[in-house]
Amino acid sequence: MDRLISSVLVVLAVPAVLVGYVLTIEAFAGRLPRSVGDRIRPWLWLLPAFAFVLVFLIYPMIATILRSLYGSAEGKFVGAENYVHFFTSSQTLAALGNNILWLVFLTGLTVGIGLIVAVLVDRVRYESVVKTVIFLPMAISFVAAGVIWRFMYELNPSVGTLNAVVVALGGQPVPWLINAPLNTFMLIVVGVWMQAGFAMVILSAGLKGISTELLEAARVDGANERQVFRSIMLPLLMPTIAVITTTIVIIALKTFDIVYTMTNGNFDTEVIANRMYKELFNYGQPGQASATAVILLVAVVPVMLFNIRRFQQQEAIR
Amino acid sequence: MDSSRRPLVALFATVAIVAAACSSGSSPSASESAGTSAAPGSSESGSAAPGGSAGGSAAASFGHIGGTVTVVGSWTGSEQDSFMAMVKPFEDATGVQVQYTGSRDLAAQLTTGVQSGNLPDVAGLPGPGLMKQWYAQGALKPLDFVDLNAYKSVTPPGYADLGVASDGKLIGIFVKSAVKSVVYFAKANWRGGDPKTWQDLQSAAKSAATGSTKTWCIGLESGAASGWPATDWIEDIVLHQFGPDVYDKWVAGQQKWTSPEIKQAWQAFGQVVNDAYGGPNYILTTNFGSGANPMFKSPPGCLLTHAGSFITDFFQKQAGAKPTDYDFFPFPAINPQYAGAVEGAGDLFGMFNATPQAKALIQWLLTPDAQAIWVKRGGALSGNKDVPVSDYPDAASQKAAQMLRDAKVFRFDGSDQMPNAMNDAFFKATLDFVKDQSKLDSILSNLDSVQSSAYGG
Repeated sequence: MDRLISSVLVVLAVPAVLVGYVLTIEAFAGRLPRSVGDRIRPWLWLLPAFAFVLVFLIYPMIATILRSLYGSAEGKFVGAENYVHFFTSSQTLAALGNNILWLVFLTGLTVGIGLIVAVLVDRVRYESVVKTVIFLPMAISFVAAGVIWRFMYELNPSVGTLNAVVVALGGQPVPWLINAPLNTFMLIVVGVWMQAGFAMVILSAGLKGISTELLEAARVDGANERQVFRSIMLPLLMPTIAVITTTIVIIALKTFDIVYTMTNGNFDTEVIANRMYKELFNYGQPGQASATAVILLVAVVPVMLFNIRRFQQQEAIR
Repeated sequence: MDSSRRPLVALFATVAIVAAACSSGSSPSASESAGTSAAPGSSESGSAAPGGSAGGSAAASFGHIGGTVTVVGSWTGSEQDSFMAMVKPFEDATGVQVQYTGSRDLAAQLTTGVQSGNLPDVAGLPGPGLMKQWYAQGALKPLDFVDLNAYKSVTPPGYADLGVASDGKLIGIFVKSAVKSVVYFAKANWRGGDPKTWQDLQSAAKSAATGSTKTWCIGLESGAASGWPATDWIEDIVLHQFGPDVYDKWVAGQQKWTSPEIKQAWQAFGQVVNDAYGGPNYILTTNFGSGANPMFKSPPGCLLTHAGSFITDFFQKQAGAKPTDYDFFPFPAINPQYAGAVEGAGDLFGMFNATPQAKALIQWLLTPDAQAIWVKRGGALSGNKDVPVSDYPDAASQKAAQMLRDAKVFRFDGSDQMPNAMNDAFFKATLDFVKDQSKLDSILSNLDSVQSSAYGG
C-alpha cells in the first residue's frame, strides 16, 4: 500500500515539478530585459539536467576514485595499494586477459556478423523475417540467455544440444564450459548471439540511408557487387560501424551477467566486472572493488573520447 | 528558425533526463517504504502466530513480563510456523508479544542494521564470522544471564563454544542444528552396514561394487557457489583424520594449506574423486542436487554420497526415491582417535538489544521444552541432550539426533567460518583440483597466498 502511494506520488509529482520549474524559469527570464533573458535562459534550462549529472554521475565517480585509495575499512588510507594489488594479483590479471579476448572477439564477431547479414539480406524478399529472427535474442535478458545457453552446453547429450550434435556425429561429449580457453569463447558466442541483432539493425538502417542513385550509378559504370560493397557501401557505412564498434567495445569491457550466470569466473573465465562484484559483495573489500571500477572507467574513457570526437566531426560537417 | 527551435529541444532533453533521474531516484524511496513495512515493528508478523502446544509449565516459570520483543530470522514458510509454535507457550505465559519477521537476506539486512542502528531485539545470525564481527563492533550484546556451564553440560563438546566470543563471553545460541558428516546410501545396493572406519567403508565398497559401479556419487555444480560439496568433503577428511585442533587452526588461518595435513586431506579427496561416478567432467557439470541420481539406478552407478541431511529432499524430487529407499551412516573415523567427530551447521541466535523481554526469550529458546516443540514438528535437531530421542518424528531424524548427541567433537562448517575471500578461493580451488589433480601443489600455494591476505581484516 505504501509502495502504491509513493509510486502514484512519483508519477504525479515529477511532471508537476518539471512543469513548475519550466513556468518559474520562464516567468523569471521573461521579466528580465530581453538581451539578458535570452542569454541566461539556456543555462537555466540546463540546470536540472546538470544537477542530476552532478549528483548521480560526477559525485559517485569522484567518491569511487577517492574510495579506491582506502583499505577495506573506511578511513584507512593505503595510497595506491589497491592498484598494486590489481596489477600483481594473478586472478585480476587473468580477468584482464579474458576481457581482452572479449573485447577483440565479441566486437569483431558481432560487427562482422551484423554487417554480413545486413548486406546479404538487404534486397531479399524475406528480409524482415531474417532480421526478426536475428534480432529476437536482443529482447532476452543476459541472465536468461546465460541460463538458456547453459542447457545448450550441458555435458549430458540428452540435455545439451551441442553435445547431442557432437555425439550424433560420433564424438565424445565436450565439457564446453570447463576447458580453458575454449570456455571463454563459448561464453563470447552467447554475447555474439545476443548482440549481433543489434549491430545488424543499426547497420541495416545505415545501409538503407545510402542513396540508391549512388549504387545504381556505380553499377551502371560497370562496378561488380564486391566493388560496390568495398568502395561505396563500406566507406559510407563507416560512421555507423564506428558507433556500433564503440558500443560493443563498451559492452565487452562491462561483461558481467553472462559470466556470472554461466561459470561465475570458474575455470579461468573470470572477467573484471565479475571480479569487482566479488571484491565488493563477497570479500568485503570496497577499496579493491573501487580500484577495479576506476580501472574499468579508465579503460572506457578512450572509447568515449573517440565517440565524442567523431560526433563533433559529424556536427561540424553538417 | 534555428534559434527558436532550441528551447524546445532543451525542454525535451530536460524532461528526459529529469524523468530518468527520478525513476532511478524513486527506487530508494520504494525500497525504504518496503523496509518500513518489513521492519520488525510491523504488527502483521506478530499476529500471524499459529497455535503451539506443550511446554507451558517451563514457560510459566518466567512469570508475567509483558511488552514486545522483535525478532528477525531467516525462516519463512513452514520453518517460520515452527518457530512461532516454539515461542507460543512463552507468549502465553509471559504476555510478551514476539514480533517475528522472516528475511531471505539476513546478512545484508543485519549488516545495514548494524551500521544504521536500526536493529531487532533478537536475530538469527548468518554465521560465526559475522557474529564475532558484530560483537566486536558492540552491536551484539553478551548473553551474561545464560549459565554457560549448564549450557555446555547438556550439549556435545564444542557445540556451545561456537557461540562464544574470543573474550570468553557467550554471544550466540543454537535454536536448531543439523549434522553434515553423514554418508547416504540406497538400501537396495549397500550391504556394508554402518562402517566404523574408513578402511571398513573401503572394503565394503569394494565387495559391493560390481561391474562399472563406482563407490561415490558427487556433483559439484551449484551456480555461483559451485564447489561447496567438495569443501564439505575436505573439511570432514581433515576433521576425521587430523582432529579438531588441526581443523580449528586451519579454519582460523593458522594452518597453511600447503602443510602436510591439509595436503593429505586434498589427496584423500582426490582418491574419492577417482573412485566416483562419471569422471571429473561429469562431477564438475553435475548439480549437487542431482549428483546422487545414479545411486538409485539399476544397476547403480555408485553406492554412496556424502551430504547434509537436507539432501533427502533432492533424493525424492530429483531421483524419485521414496523415504524408505535410502538410509545413512555417520562419516567413519579415518584416524580412530577422532571417532565421533561431527561436522554440523545450525541456526545461531544473538541479542542486539538487552531488554528484559529479549533476555527471557533467549532463555526460553534454550530450554528443552522449547527445543522439543520444533523437534516434534520435524526438520530440526536439538543439541540439547534433555530432549528425548523419541520426540523425533521419524527413524532418520532419530538416528541423526543420536549421532549429534553422541558426538565427541562438534565443529561448524569450516569454509563458512573462513573469511569470504578465503571461502570463495577454497570453493574455486576444489573445482580446479577435480579438473586436474596434478596441479595440487600450485593450487595449495595459491590458497596460501589468499590466506595470508584474507585474514588481515
